[in-house]
Amino acid sequence: MDAVKKELTRKSKASRQDQRGKLISLACVTLIMLVVLSILYMITSKGLATFFENKMSIVDFFTKQVWNPSAKPQALVGALPMIVGSFSVTVLSALLAAPFAIATAIFMVDIAGKRGRKILQPVIELLVGIPSVVYGFIGLTVVVPFTRTVFGGTGFGILSGTFVLFVMVLPTVTSMYVDSLKAVPQFYREASLALGATRWQTIYKVIIRASIPGLLTAIIFGMARAFGEALAVQMVIGNASILPSDLVSPASTLTSVLTTGIGNTVLGTLPNNALWSLALVLLLMSLVFNLLTRFIGKKGAF
Amino acid sequence: MKKVNKGIILASMMAILLILTGCQSKSSQKNSVTIVGSTALQPLVEKAAADYQVKNSGVDITVQGGGSGTGLSQVQQGAVSIGNSDVFAEQQDGIDAKKVVDHKVAVVGMAPVVNQDVPIKNISMANLRKVFTGKITNWKQLGGPDQKIVVINRAQGSGIRKSFERVVLKGQPALNAQEQDSNGTVQKIVQATPGSISYLSFSYFNNQIKHLAIDGVQPNAKNVENNRWKIWSYEHMYTKPNASAATNNFIKYMKSEKVQKNLVSDLGYISIHDMKVELTSDDQVIPIKGAEE
Repeated sequence: MDAVKKELTRKSKASRQDQRGKLISLACVTLIMLVVLSILYMITSKGLATFFENKMSIVDFFTKQVWNPSAKPQALVGALPMIVGSFSVTVLSALLAAPFAIATAIFMVDIAGKRGRKILQPVIELLVGIPSVVYGFIGLTVVVPFTRTVFGGTGFGILSGTFVLFVMVLPTVTSMYVDSLKAVPQFYREASLALGATRWQTIYKVIIRASIPGLLTAIIFGMARAFGEALAVQMVIGNASILPSDLVSPASTLTSVLTTGIGNTVLGTLPNNALWSLALVLLLMSLVFNLLTRFIGKKGAF
Repeated sequence: MKKVNKGIILASMMAILLILTGCQSKSSQKNSVTIVGSTALQPLVEKAAADYQVKNSGVDITVQGGGSGTGLSQVQQGAVSIGNSDVFAEQQDGIDAKKVVDHKVAVVGMAPVVNQDVPIKNISMANLRKVFTGKITNWKQLGGPDQKIVVINRAQGSGIRKSFERVVLKGQPALNAQEQDSNGTVQKIVQATPGSISYLSFSYFNNQIKHLAIDGVQPNAKNVENNRWKIWSYEHMYTKPNASAATNNFIKYMKSEKVQKNLVSDLGYISIHDMKVELTSDDQVIPIKGAEE
């Protein structure tokens, strides 16, 4: 009897395996959580130090236009030009990329058929893998002179930044939209065609309508990428912390000021803390983008 | 199947352990020298370190960028052996200069540069100041064609900007203009942008951009050595007062005649041995007594 009892109460091999797997994944998740939390803590505490330790005004930070945190005796931390610059390049590049991404995605899913997709898919994915410094360099040597001759100014500015970011976010938006187009049920298409609609009518009356939540999610993901991009933008935007009055005068973004300044400052001083405040704004914005995609995702049709 | 899984898990555990312990064992090794900081000085130190390690195989030298501020704060914390900097520790916010020891390893000269099509060879110091403070905005005002001046400044807080503003602006606020953070980028932009002006280290001069003389003085090593050319600064290597023997030996090597005579001038810097004046941390220029030659 005892032997049977022992046999039954003993953990089986499978259940031990089960536990081990659980433990390992728990450990991994804990590690990741720890990393994320410590990064959040670091950015938040450093970013808020500007206002609480160095006693800079939070209102000035968002409304003033002069950025000179190492000025003496009165440091100036007006981040408005950078915030405006970041939003401008992000929104403009997303607006520019959206039609191209929609067209490419529809072509890949509904028009080109299998062979077209086989060729286009790697091309689009290849664009993601190119390092951003390459985009920046091409921007500096091709896009900036182009902008200068066509639109005037020095060539450095929001417009050049928009062009470079357009190429960078295009693959993200396209491949995400391709996925959501694929998710549109096949019987939507069949039903539409059966009703006598042409292919074009089916595409813009049924398929695009049905995939709008997916499209918005894709665009917001693209915007999140554009908002956080540092190196490529920094090389073409001119990095002047001036409130941009037009698209062809030098401007700056949160990321471009961060990358140029962080190496020249010392941890714990105001110039450094002020940069962390910019990073905090970036972090909060990516949080907003994230929440937006969730919100839209919930509203999705399927 | 199960065995494979175990193998993978074990291997990844080992890998994580190795990564985690990797940094630890390295810094506790006696003969390793970690150098972090100024990107302007980085190429010189990298070359010197490579040459040095050929002869001293027991020493392991790692050279990294990160910027002057990073270099200074890391060496102050004792996280690295040497912190490279373009600026005096005294002039960097948040650094206690008493906690670190200064080793000047090279002198770097800087000069205003303009786009090739600007027909000006010489500029007065007063006019240069007016350009960079935004009081002169057209080349016409300096005897050139009717063309807007495009000012390209350097990143706030960078060593080269501090040196330039110390000599040229003399405390006046700089014009709010484009900022670029590396010599290479500035070189490319000035080359390509009509009517642009910026400033560069001597080693970045080339045929496609034009450097300006100031008040008739040409920017070259000879004029820096006797301070007739005023825009120059030191490249510093900072250590802790109780630095390891390996660290001190490498610094000694950097200052040796061999490095100063060959490598330093090859890379466009000026040897510290050739200087006939000295710049102090409070911006005074004093002649060196009994300067050689």
